[in-house]
Amino acid sequence: MAVDMRAYLAHVELPNPILAAAGCAGTGRELAPFADVTRLGALTTRSITMAPRAGRPTPRMAETPSGMLNAVGLQGPGVEVFLARELPWLAERGARTVVSIGGGSVAEYAALARRLADAPGVTAVEINLSCPNVEDRGRVFARDGGAAAEVVASVRAAMRYDVPVVAKLAPDVADVVAIARACVDSGADALAMINTPIGMSIDVDTMRPALAAGTGGLSGPAIRPLAVRCVWQVHAALPGVPLIGMGGVTSGRDALELVLAGACAVAVGTTLFHDPYACPRILRELEELLAERGFDRLADAVGLAHRPAHRNDLEESPL
Amino acid sequence: MAGTPVQVTGTVLTTRRVDAYHALTVVAPAIADRFRPGHFVTLAVGGPQTSMLTRRAFAVHDVKPDYGGTVEFVFAVRGPGTAWLAERKARDALDLVGPLGRPFPLPRDPASCLLVGAEYGSAPLFALADALQQRNCRVDFVLGAASSDRVFGALRARRMGETTTLTTQDGSLGMRGSVVDVLAAVIADTRADVVYACGPMPMLRGVTAVCVEYGIPVQVSVEEAMACGIGVCMTCVVPVIDDDGTTQMVRVCTEGPVFRGERVRFDDVGTIPFDALGAPGGDRGR
Ligand SMILES: Cc1cc2nc3c(=O)[nH]c(=O)nc-3n(C[C@H](O)[C@H](O)[C@H](O)COP(=O)(O)O)c2cc1C
Repeated sequence: MAVDMRAYLAHVELPNPILAAAGCAGTGRELAPFADVTRLGALTTRSITMAPRAGRPTPRMAETPSGMLNAVGLQGPGVEVFLARELPWLAERGARTVVSIGGGSVAEYAALARRLADAPGVTAVEINLSCPNVEDRGRVFARDGGAAAEVVASVRAAMRYDVPVVAKLAPDVADVVAIARACVDSGADALAMINTPIGMSIDVDTMRPALAAGTGGLSGPAIRPLAVRCVWQVHAALPGVPLIGMGGVTSGRDALELVLAGACAVAVGTTLFHDPYACPRILRELEELLAERGFDRLADAVGLAHRPAHRNDLEESPL
Repeated sequence: MAGTPVQVTGTVLTTRRVDAYHALTVVAPAIADRFRPGHFVTLAVGGPQTSMLTRRAFAVHDVKPDYGGTVEFVFAVRGPGTAWLAERKARDALDLVGPLGRPFPLPRDPASCLLVGAEYGSAPLFALADALQQRNCRVDFVLGAASSDRVFGALRARRMGETTTLTTQDGSLGMRGSVVDVLAAVIADTRADVVYACGPMPMLRGVTAVCVEYGIPVQVSVEEAMACGIGVCMTCVVPVIDDDGTTQMVRVCTEGPVFRGERVRFDDVGTIPFDALGAPGGDRGR
């Protein structure tokens, strides 16, 4: 029997909950030979910036156990080229597109939001808060509830009311629930987590850092327990807020783990590098797992792990 | 469709040692069909429960029609991923994606082509030589390495090439020195119209410098660490000058791996040149 796999980002309906994560699906064109981008729940773009960005020097990547470090540095052509050449390609095909934005100041995020406000084909805007704030000596927005809230409020104010604004959180903060709450209080319609925690690796042959930038973002299955923990904590504190869970998802089982922790949608990042067909496979596996467990709807599994294990039978009781 | 990459599970047909290198032939008809010289493939390593997430990229050495189509690639063991590959046996399954990248452009009219390879970088040159000879091009080879056991394909080059010049750093085979050292003389002797080069970055830089001096076009196939090979991870970038003279950080896997040598800013690889599009500081005025 088919499971109802629809997922909702605030009022926006997605036909299924499996998204491509920001920065891991290119412009969509690169993935297209392997997987139909219109069959994704949504494709999240790499974080779009105002001006073109050349990114960080190479080496930008180092493989680590069950993961990788990256320091790409938001390389991209800037918002004008994105609007002229990348978004229309996705929109023409009917792909649902979550546009990720990255900035160095509150004003830059707001300017990006204004630039996107009238663009056709924006399903949602995701705010990448893991960007250094140039007005605060490079402290990332995701580590500062006040700064994050300011960004969210300014983007929410600039975007059309019917386009959900998603705030993307980092796991390596003192209190992820506090940051999540600050974002929701300032207008975020949904939250995405987790962005990559910062890691480092040293090449013992050259005896120097493996990445030119020194440190980089850690992704892949190595960080999945961090993702599950963040989704769990935030769902417990803010049960009504839609969460996009991500971090090391490689299979339907991994996706289900995040759903049970409280995610209503799941994004796939690093796994796409290893297996460009991953999204349709993960969706199929997730649907099978839900069917095996007797679910009619994906929505019924969201956050289920929070319920006490042996109380399930009581819920049916007339008491 | 030609050029469209596919992901397939291929079966290892044969494994062989070639001096210091390993060569694997994999049955993969869908990739062999679409192959053109210069293409590469990526492989998942470590099996289904692998902890190694990034795919390994290899230039295709040869495709053959056996079993519907096979693909052969050559590699040196350099870490746990290539060590795992070196342990593969006939009939093992491998997860391949390919063919990937921009292949070598071929001259429209018959030309004298000099093919230069260092270490296992020479592997993709033989399929190229085949394609060139089918177009009635003259083909000559310069192959080199640190030592004789690391010169790949010398016999085949001697069979295919009008002339073949070999170099080793230790003098154990051919002339002592590097391929770059002998290049000017070979260009003159063979009246080369165009040079194709594969190998490590410093060698490509040297070959390009000689070709620029002699004013002949050079196509280089660049090797750079990559995680995905399909253009989504943005980790394999090098500074390349575009048609308008602007330096851009471009992906080796998608815009390359074959570039016109003089367009690659070899001296700036591993940096973001200050005048590159979007370089830090370049957008201060906004
Ligand atoms: C190479 C690479 C580039 C990324 N670029 C972005 C980006 O531009 N914006 C963003 O919000 N997250 C970016 N991420 C983070 C991912 O979207 C995701 O949050 C993280 O990698 C965890 O998921 P995963 O383990 O499935 O990859 C990037 C990750 C990687 C590996």
